[in-house]
This record gives sequence, C-alpha cells and structure tokens, in this order.
Amino acid sequence: MSVALSAQDISRALTRISHEILEKNHGSSEITVLGIPTRGAHLAARIAAIMSSIEGKEIAHGTLDITLYRDDLRLRAPRAIMPTSIPPIGIQGRDVILIDDVLYSGRTIRAALDALGEVGRPRTVQLAVLVDRGHRQLPIRADFVGKNLPTSEKQSVRVSLTEIDGVDEVVIEGETN
Amino acid sequence: MRHLLSINDLSASDAIGILDTATELARINDGQVKKLPTLRGRTIVNLFAEDSTRTRISFEAAAKRLSADVINFSAKGSSLSKGESLKDTAQTLQAMGADAVVIRHSASGAAQRLADLEWMSGSVINAGDGTHEHPSQALLDAFTIRKHLGKGASDLKGLRIAIVGDVLHSRVARSNVLLLSMLGADVVLVAPPTLLPVGVESWPATISYDFDSVIPNVDVIMMLRVQQERMIDLFFPNSREYSRYFGLNSERMSAMAKHAIVMHPGPMNRGLEIAADVADSARSVIVEQVTNGVNVRMAILYVLLAGGPLEVGSN
Amino acid sequence: MTKQRFLLKGGKILGAASSDFLISNGRIEAMAESISDETATVIDLKGSVVLPGLVDLHTHLREPGREDSETVASASRAGAKGGFTALSAMANTSPVADTAGVVEQVYRLGQDAGFLDVFPIGAVTQGLKGEQLSEIGAMADSVARVRVFSDDGNCVFDPLVMRRALEYIKKFDGVIAQHAQEPRLTVGSQMNEGIISSKLGLKGWPAIAEEAIIARDVLLADHVQSRLHICHVTTAGGVEIIRWAKARGIQVTAEVTPHHLLLTDDLASSYDPVFKVNPPLRTEHDVMALREALADGTIDIVATDHAPHTSETKDCEWAQASFGMIGLETALSIVTKTMVESGLLDWAGVAQRMSLAPAAIGRYTNHGQELAVGSPAHITVINPTKSWVVDRDLVLSKSRNTPYHGYELPGLVTHTFFGGRSTMIDSKVIDRVVQ
Repeated sequence: MSVALSAQDISRALTRISHEILEKNHGSSEITVLGIPTRGAHLAARIAAIMSSIEGKEIAHGTLDITLYRDDLRLRAPRAIMPTSIPPIGIQGRDVILIDDVLYSGRTIRAALDALGEVGRPRTVQLAVLVDRGHRQLPIRADFVGKNLPTSEKQSVRVSLTEIDGVDEVVIEGETN
Repeated sequence: MRHLLSINDLSASDAIGILDTATELARINDGQVKKLPTLRGRTIVNLFAEDSTRTRISFEAAAKRLSADVINFSAKGSSLSKGESLKDTAQTLQAMGADAVVIRHSASGAAQRLADLEWMSGSVINAGDGTHEHPSQALLDAFTIRKHLGKGASDLKGLRIAIVGDVLHSRVARSNVLLLSMLGADVVLVAPPTLLPVGVESWPATISYDFDSVIPNVDVIMMLRVQQERMIDLFFPNSREYSRYFGLNSERMSAMAKHAIVMHPGPMNRGLEIAADVADSARSVIVEQVTNGVNVRMAILYVLLAGGPLEVGSN
Repeated sequence: MTKQRFLLKGGKILGAASSDFLISNGRIEAMAESISDETATVIDLKGSVVLPGLVDLHTHLREPGREDSETVASASRAGAKGGFTALSAMANTSPVADTAGVVEQVYRLGQDAGFLDVFPIGAVTQGLKGEQLSEIGAMADSVARVRVFSDDGNCVFDPLVMRRALEYIKKFDGVIAQHAQEPRLTVGSQMNEGIISSKLGLKGWPAIAEEAIIARDVLLADHVQSRLHICHVTTAGGVEIIRWAKARGIQVTAEVTPHHLLLTDDLASSYDPVFKVNPPLRTEHDVMALREALADGTIDIVATDHAPHTSETKDCEWAQASFGMIGLETALSIVTKTMVESGLLDWAGVAQRMSLAPAAIGRYTNHGQELAVGSPAHITVINPTKSWVVDRDLVLSKSRNTPYHGYELPGLVTHTFFGGRSTMIDSKVIDRVVQ
C-alpha cells in the first residue's frame, strides 16, 4: 500500500481543476457541475465551492446517479440507488462538467452519458476526475485530471474523502508491477 | 434474495432498502425520465390466474419503465383456464426464458409452490396468493405511510395503524401486519369476531371489535374490502349492519386525529366499508397508493432482478 | 406346489424371551428354545423381534376405479413390505363397495394376489351419500363376510341414519367405523384450524368438527347398545370423549394413524400437499395426547389410512390437491419411533394394537392370534436395531405420496409370513406368491 495523494495534494489538484474548468469555459455562467455518487458527488460540491469563491457567485451543481444505467448490473449483487439531484437550471444547452473520483474502464462515464441523455441535451459534456489510472475499455478520456496514476489491473485505487471516510487521501493497494 | 413470496422473506433492513430505492425511483419518475434501461433484455411474465387488472397493470408499468420485456398471461382464454396445471404452465414459462414470474393466484401458497418446486429457474414474485399474502401491496402501503407520516425516519416506529374489515380473507392484512409491525408500527386489527381467523392472537397486532374506540387513537386507518357475498356465509347479518359498526363514514372520519390518513388497497365497495365522501376526501391517500405502487414494484424488480447471481464476478 | 417349511432361529417373541419357530403347513408347528430340522429353510433372526402378522383396519386400495394410483395387488405387496398379513379395503372405490358384488370382487382380488388377506369394508350408505342404507346384510353374508361398515371419506352425518345403521348391524355382529367430520364446520377446509392456518391463509378445519361427531356417536352407540369404531382420531378433545365413553362402558373402539402420532400442522408451511390429509395434521399437544391414549388403551389400535394418490393430484397447489398419504410400508417404523423408542409401548403392546385388537374389532378370526403352537403362521419380524431411509421412488405402492421421504426411521421389517408362506425375505418382497 502506498499513498499516492495526500490531503494537501488533493486540495491543490481540486483547486487547479477548478481554475482549468473556468478557463476552458470562459467563466462559469453556462456551467452545471454534476458529481457521480458517492465520492464524485462530494468532489463536485467542493469544486463548485472553489469555483464560486473564485467567481464570486453560486455555481449550479448537483448529483447524477448512474446505477440504473450500468451495463454490469448482472455481474454483481444489487446496489443501492443513490440520489440524483439536478439543479433547477437544468442541463439543457449548458456545459455539463461530470465529476468522478477515479477514471478506469470508462464504463461509469458511458452510463453517465446515457443517464444525462434522459435528463436533457447539454451543449457540451466535459469530464473531470481526481485520478486517471488508465486501462480504458471504451473510447473515453478526461478533460481535467487531478493526477495520472499508472497502475496494474491487479491493483486497486482507494480514494478517501473527509465527508465519508474522515480523511482525504488516495492510496494504491495490491502488488506493484 | 431471489424471490418475494412473503413479508417473512424480508428483514427490516431489506424492507427499508426497497422503500429507499422506491423513494429514489419516485424522484426519477417525477422528473422527465419515464424509462430506464436497467432491465433491458430481461423477460418478466405476469401470470395472472385470477383477475386483477390494477395489480397487473402496476407490475406491467413498473417492468416497462425499467425496459424489461413483459408477457401477460391471464387466466381467461389461457391454458390455465383449460385445466393445465400450474406445473405445466411454469415449465412452459421456463422454456420461454422468463427471468421472473409475477404470479397472482386464487390458491394460498401458489407462489411458494412455483418457487420451491424448481419448476423454473427465475425469480417468483407473489402478487397475491389466495388468502395468504400480498407483499408488494404491503410495501407500497408502508411506503405511502412513511411518506406522509414518517417525518424523515426510515422506519415506522411509534405510528399506530388500524386495519379494519375482513381480516380473515385478506392477504393484504396478513402482509401488512407482518411488515408494519416489523417496521416498528403498532397495528390494531378491527373487525367483527367472525372475520378474524382463529389463531389471530398469535399475530403481532392487537384486536378490537370496537371501531369507534380505536379511531381517535390511530395515525392511519386502512380499510379492507368486504365482499357482499360474505353475508351468505353468515359472517354478518347484512351490509347495512356491517357498515353501521365497521364502515368508515364522514362522521367517523371527523373523529380521526387531525394528521391521520385513510387508506384502501382497492377495489373499494363504496357505501359498504367506506363512504364515497371519505374515499374522495383530503385525508384519503387511496389514489396516491396506486401511483406509489408503480415505484415500489419497480424497486422490487430492481432488487430481485438487476443484480446478477452473487457467484458471478466477485469484484 | 412345494410345501414351505421354515425354521426361524433366535428371534425374540414380542421382544422378550428368544425362541425358535418351526413353520409348516401354514401353522406354527413348534416353538422351543432350540429346534433343529434338516428339511426346513433356516432363517437367523438373532436381534430381531417376532410379532404376530400385522392387521390394518383402514386401507385405501383404490381398486376398482382408480387402478392408476393403487391396485389390490400393489397394495398387497406394499402391505407385505410393511409387515402386514391382513388389510381392510375401504369402501370409497368406484363403484362404491355398497353391494355384495363389489366386496366379493375385492375379496377375490386379494385372494388372487395372495400376499395377505384383504377384508373388504362395506359402505354404510348407498354411494356413500349418507341417505339410504346399503345392502349391509348381503355384504355380511357374502364370501367376503363383511363385518366393518364405513362411509370413510364421508361422515355418516345424519343422526337418524347413524342411529339406524348402528342398530341394523347388530344382527350381523358388525361395527360402524365412523369418519368423524361435521360437514358444515369443514366446508372447504384445508388444514387444522389454529395459529398456522391463520398465518398461511388456508381454510381451517376445527378440532370441534371431529369431536362433536365423536360425542354424538358414542351417545348413540350407548343408546342403541351397538358397536362403534372411531376412525383416525386426531385431537386431544376426541381422546377425552372416548376415554369418558369407555369409562361408561360404551362399546366404542378407536384408531390412530401413524402420521397423526408423529407429524404436526406446521408442516403445511411448505404448502407441499404431501402433508395434506383428512383428517388434518394437528398440533404437538394433540400428538402427545394421542400417543398417551394409545399407550393407555383409550385408543385401541393403529390403522394406516393408507391413501395412495397419483402425482398429478399432489404436484399442484395445496387447495387443489387430494387429501391423503400412503403409510403401509412405514407404519411399524413410525410406531417404533413414536411409541417404542419413547418407552410408551413394549412390543407386546405393539402386537396388541397392530394385530390382536384390529383383528378382534374386524372379527378377522384367522388373524391377530397369539404366537403359539397351532396358530396360523402370520408372522412379522422387525429388527429394531436397524434403521432405514425412506425413498419415495422405492416404495411398492403404485403412488409416491409418502410424507416421510428422506426420513431415517428406526426398525427395519425384515420378514413377513402369511399363512406359513414367506411374502418377504430380508426386506425383499417376493415377486409372486406360489399358491
């Protein structure tokens, strides 16, 4: 087990991502931030808070549960459905920033795009992740990455956040290459 | 969990899990989303060996919103009405590749027989078996009660619920007594002694023959359907006398606590167990029970069918 | 025809003193501590108990009418397997055994099979309808010599019909075997009425429906001074009434089935109709009262109520399934388990209740005799130290509706001799009886 990101690393990465999002989108007025539960939802709340402190105004943000859209439901025991909350302004014609903790196979994001399609038609969909660990199974990439972590498929990446786990850190578990 | 045959198949946390899932599904259904891909490619058979349009439609809507393929197999005009045995029917459904069978049957225990005998490999969901149980109805009733009176709690602790009427012949009552008491509610059964089963004293509920003394003290009054034919079998002298003692009319409704609600699983006998103006009053959540039925049945299908067998993919 | 001559060595008479038996010419020719005979087939019975051949007073053989579920021949072999040398064929066949013709046919089928004696029971009323008396005299005077009359399956409900029947059979030294079931209290009933039925939503069958008829009929039997036999008693309350009647000197006898000595109504929770039986399985309290009553003699006999049914009438929903379970092949093991192993009965008591008393009630004079020199050689051998596992696919009955599938039961019936001929050797029933 090795610590890949400390609390301070996470904080810096989220601040940088927030700046990058604002820069790329020329400000915040058209942005809707949606986090994928559970940890992505907390990251989205943090990024929205950072952006609103930079911009000096509220940033539309919410959560998007993708459980019902997963293509691997039959491979596992049933999972609990997490809340979906779309901000009142919605997503129609907006620049939606999806937030997740770890980008791996890309299947979660595919499901998220399906879920989003049922809610409305955004102008653009962008993806921000705290960690990209590679091993994509679908043609999906992140627009904003906190840290690229090369891993083997035998390893697992565990993201802890204070809101749930009492501590901010990212660790890699299992054997190394 | 593979089957839902009886409330006894559920722990309190299983039941709360279904109610929570239904809550999220309700939120999705209230928005623009009307169809989810979750059960795409799954086949659900509605095997209705006894007429029940509302329950069948509710399960059908739930399955379709989750993108399952639905096959309706009703008693009338089907081989079941031509004397084909339940076993042969089940084997036919198995050959057709049904992932789940929603069964309504006039024989108590029919759903359990279907599940136990390995006639088929899919899930069995009991949509009402004889005078035994109707677990999805109890779950939607609990959902409705929690939504109105739960005050944010996940269970029903401290709520007082009266179930009134033909308890003897009611599968709704049996499932509700088990579920509501498991979720912490105090249940009181109100009925003429003829319409309570021998052995009811072993149920997790109290008994009263006096509706009027119960009314001011409960948060929920759940009325049960009473069939006119019961008087032929001497369960009560006539419908007028039944209504006089056990019917919910507007005078009785005015004695209810301010916050208390009126429920009925339908179909109602207006004028017998419930007066029309009570059924249509602001306290009545009867129409909403129907709406909630779809969400709760979606949650049941999700919990039973969305996950694969546990041994596949341990990751 | 080869004369069968057997020398049984070392078995215990009624589980007590050990003795050799020489069987010849259909009779017990000699009994002594040690016999040697060079011409006899020697069978070693060390460790086994020797009983008089078992007599069942209540068997459904289904022939004529339902030969797909059982025949006189298949039931005879199943009986031999269970250690029986006499069965009593219940009258609810199709056609009903309410004429001399039908009872003679059933009797002859039994003789033709040759594994045991089949004694037909005559219907009390024509077509079991409970209205007109059947030809009781013709049946009594027929070759079948019917002495037991019963509408079993139906209760002789009308009190006037029951009174007349009890009176009429006195001329023939007969007995009415009553299926005690008040019909109005049991319309559509499915199982014992109580806690379990309330939970399962199956229509209840109150104990009172049985007890009310028992009470009425012991009073009627007393009034007309006739013989009454109560079939399959299942309730503690019924036992109390019979105990009271016997204390008053009323001529009443009673039977209990093996299944009511062991099984309880909670088995219905599976909704498996193999546990659906008429009268229904009752509670633990009733089971204990029945065992006690059988031990103290309030209940006189064990009778199987062997009721074969084809699989399609059991492989279905509970409410649509037929009532009844098979029991010939397991009866003695169940009695061993419930009565002998519990210390309530010794083997002499078992012989009394499964051979001597049922033969006496039915007036089967050639059966149910003490094991003594000169007695007919109807003999059953059980090894109480061996157990066996019931497998419904291996039963000799044509039907498989045993409630004990998979049960390990004590007491293996190893040999049956009927009239000096061996019908079962080493737990294998012979294929055909050489007449």
